Amino acid sequence: MTSPDLPAPVERPAGASLGARVRGSRLVWPALALLLLLVGNTIASPSFLGVRLQDGHLYGSLVDILKNGAPIALIALGMTLVIATRGIDLSVGAVVAIAAAVTCTWIAGSPDPTSASAALTGMAVAIALCLVLGLWNGLLVSVLGIQPIIATLVLMTAGRGIAMLITDGQIITVNNESFSFVGSGFLLFPVAILLALVVFVVVALLSRRTALGLLVESVGINPEASRLAGLRSRTIIWTVYVFSAFCAGLAGLMISANVNAADANNAGLFIEMDAILAVVIGGTSLAGGRYSLVGTLLGALTIQTLTTTVYTVGIAPEVTLVFKAVVVIAVFLLQSARVRAAFARLGRRGGPTRPVPRTAPARPVAARPRPAERVSPS
Amino acid sequence: MTSANPSSTPAGPAAEPAVEPVVEMHGIHMDFPGVKALDDVSLRLFPGEVHAVMGENGAGKSTLIKVLTGVYRATAGTTTFDGRAVRFAGPGAAQDAGISTVYQEVNLAPNLSVAENILLGREPRRLGTIDGRAMRAAARVHLDRIGLRLDPASTLGEHPIAVQQLVAIARAVAVDAKVLILDEPTSSLDAEEVAELFRIMRVLRDDGVAILFVSHFLEQVYEISDRMTVLRNGRLVGEHRTAELSRLDLLSAMLGRELTTLEEVGRLAEQAAEQAGGTPVLEARGLGRRGALAPFDLKVAAGEVVGLAGLLGSGRTELVRLLFGADRPDSGTLLVNGRPVSLRSPRAPIAAGVAFCSEDRKGEGILADLSIRDNLVLAVQARRGWARPVPRRTKDELVERYMRMLDIRPNDPDALVGNLSGGNQQKVMLARWLATDPSVLILDEPTRGIDVGAKAQIQKVVAELARDGMAVVYISAELEEVTRLSNRVVVLKDRVKIAELTEPSVDDIMHLIAQHDPEPRLEAAS
Repeated sequence: MTSPDLPAPVERPAGASLGARVRGSRLVWPALALLLLLVGNTIASPSFLGVRLQDGHLYGSLVDILKNGAPIALIALGMTLVIATRGIDLSVGAVVAIAAAVTCTWIAGSPDPTSASAALTGMAVAIALCLVLGLWNGLLVSVLGIQPIIATLVLMTAGRGIAMLITDGQIITVNNESFSFVGSGFLLFPVAILLALVVFVVVALLSRRTALGLLVESVGINPEASRLAGLRSRTIIWTVYVFSAFCAGLAGLMISANVNAADANNAGLFIEMDAILAVVIGGTSLAGGRYSLVGTLLGALTIQTLTTTVYTVGIAPEVTLVFKAVVVIAVFLLQSARVRAAFARLGRRGGPTRPVPRTAPARPVAARPRPAERVSPS
Repeated sequence: MTSANPSSTPAGPAAEPAVEPVVEMHGIHMDFPGVKALDDVSLRLFPGEVHAVMGENGAGKSTLIKVLTGVYRATAGTTTFDGRAVRFAGPGAAQDAGISTVYQEVNLAPNLSVAENILLGREPRRLGTIDGRAMRAAARVHLDRIGLRLDPASTLGEHPIAVQQLVAIARAVAVDAKVLILDEPTSSLDAEEVAELFRIMRVLRDDGVAILFVSHFLEQVYEISDRMTVLRNGRLVGEHRTAELSRLDLLSAMLGRELTTLEEVGRLAEQAAEQAGGTPVLEARGLGRRGALAPFDLKVAAGEVVGLAGLLGSGRTELVRLLFGADRPDSGTLLVNGRPVSLRSPRAPIAAGVAFCSEDRKGEGILADLSIRDNLVLAVQARRGWARPVPRRTKDELVERYMRMLDIRPNDPDALVGNLSGGNQQKVMLARWLATDPSVLILDEPTRGIDVGAKAQIQKVVAELARDGMAVVYISAELEEVTRLSNRVVVLKDRVKIAELTEPSVDDIMHLIAQHDPEPRLEAAS
């Protein structure tokens, strides 16, 4: 099985030069965008790249980006598999809120709100509930055949309501060291980074070492052909939604543990958009099929770096979203085959571009026909 | 040229009445990159006739219609309409001029009313708003013209598909159409609905409308059409009065009678025939599905090739899809090696050793974005489940063996299947199933649209597999191919299995299909 992380070898002549291969890779554009952002940040604030060790903990802007980007990266990983099956999961933000609400409410309501056991059981209950929510999404999509965007919209809107019910509309704050550890703890690196890394490695291994990658891609490329080849398309689709909800739940634990609180209204708000963006920037097509986990990781880091850049460079809050949008559009334009072809033509000709000639089979005609009819030459 | 020179049209067997044709297409060529879709084709439509365009898949029927309605621009040739040379900019322009088309799928807005659908884009207006009352009245006139009793204010989507189709026709002729093109209008209708459609077609014909009719149902064509134009492989075979062309002559015109030199295939088939017999590997009892295929029985023994013959739409594909569980049957049972197999999904038949290559290679077969290797191991992998990947070494062995056996080019397992030629894609499909070591192999048009070399190779492989004990069900539109390979041929017509021939010959098959016999018959001729 080819690894989903390898760039698609589309139209790549055998023995192409390294340069050509790099240019043909799907990973090159997100990587370039990330690099440019990092360079820009370094110019704006020379201490940006500095990482220092203090009390056995790593500190620095880069570490912050990784730590704050961990929840997005995690959710984007689940989203990658969902998108690879031609689906989409809009409910991840709501699942984040539910996971946060359940854990914090559980801990706050337990006999000893500072004990490790309260934190552990609370987190276990939250993750279990998230798996159930994933089962629900998967049921709607794979068994009932509802379009993924609609099916997950249900939980996207209802989910925050559920979180509100759990927290009784309050922001629940907790003071539990074991719980905080998940969001802001350190094992040299911030724990959040390590957790995301573990999930990434597990998914990458499952993709490479089992047939999961092949089966997911098959279902995404052509569901009917996959069914006729004997694949359990339904089960596969179901599984990716459960996994996506699991990732969202874990991210929810990180986010709420980082602030020691559950805010049903704002935890994970719009994170589904960031996750989808990360997947797309990473080169996985929304049309389904081949996916790239490394690309998604790069995409998530690009987005988080962008957010950090806004603070480093000191961009006014009111233009933050516009700035983000401009950068995202730039990345998409770089990925577009048409724009790239236009660049290639510019480079070759050194002159203005001409529209691509249409490959119409018809013979050239002398004049455009009048709307209704045209007397043909005799 | 203009229609002022009618003598330039080919003098067909059908001498024409003293009216001028309303449409005359002459010397039409249509080239697509690498394909000649139409090669010097002519067509004449006279006012007040139903004209059938006949031909098997790829004959050029739809291309011809699309050239006429301006969807395609012919590479060469002239079209005159109403005495003037025309070249429509698109279907809209053709419709404005008076050539309306009704497609197989209803192209209307189900959420609007019948009246709104009929007059969409031409609504009567009053003071800048749509005049609902005038619209319903106008729609009533159009419905009355074709004798359709229907409330114009009712929502279109509430009516059955057949009625929606008739509304589409009402809409098409509401623009005062001189030519009405009906592209397979009957494929989803039952007998009563077809009768209603034909009644309306006759009304319009008697009104002077020229109707171009495309259908795969032979008997319907004979019932309704006055004349027909037969195409084969993009060429004009002939223009005939329906009454003067026997069904047998039509079939031989449509199918052609190519002489073949694949003697080796014939010899292998004979060897396989000697070994055939014994208990059936595959047995269908009363398998059927409403609207797709009448219940049928079928037995296939080890080492036997059973061919399915019939025109396009006769139920060939429907039959094999039922055998594989690709469509769920609503009656009957399937036994593989004597054991009943669930047909709720293809998984049980696959587990029992049935393999199926769909006729729709791109839509239901290959995974274009994956490599040859991944495509080849997919069915084996699906059987093992996700947790037990096919070991690298086994994978390489399978790929190596089948790429060599079937001579798949390019000889690079990492090549994307989407970039392969049709013939090689078909070989990858075949390899995918052979890798599962099946006992029954079902091939639906495995040689369609592929080059001659690959065609012969695939047939040879099938004959060899049968010689080595595989039970094969084989579909091809080319009767020569079916008879050459098969020990037995099942003949289908209009969604019914009509016969089973033990020593098939093309003549016998064509006679059977041509027989005008509405009752389903089961016989074993020899």
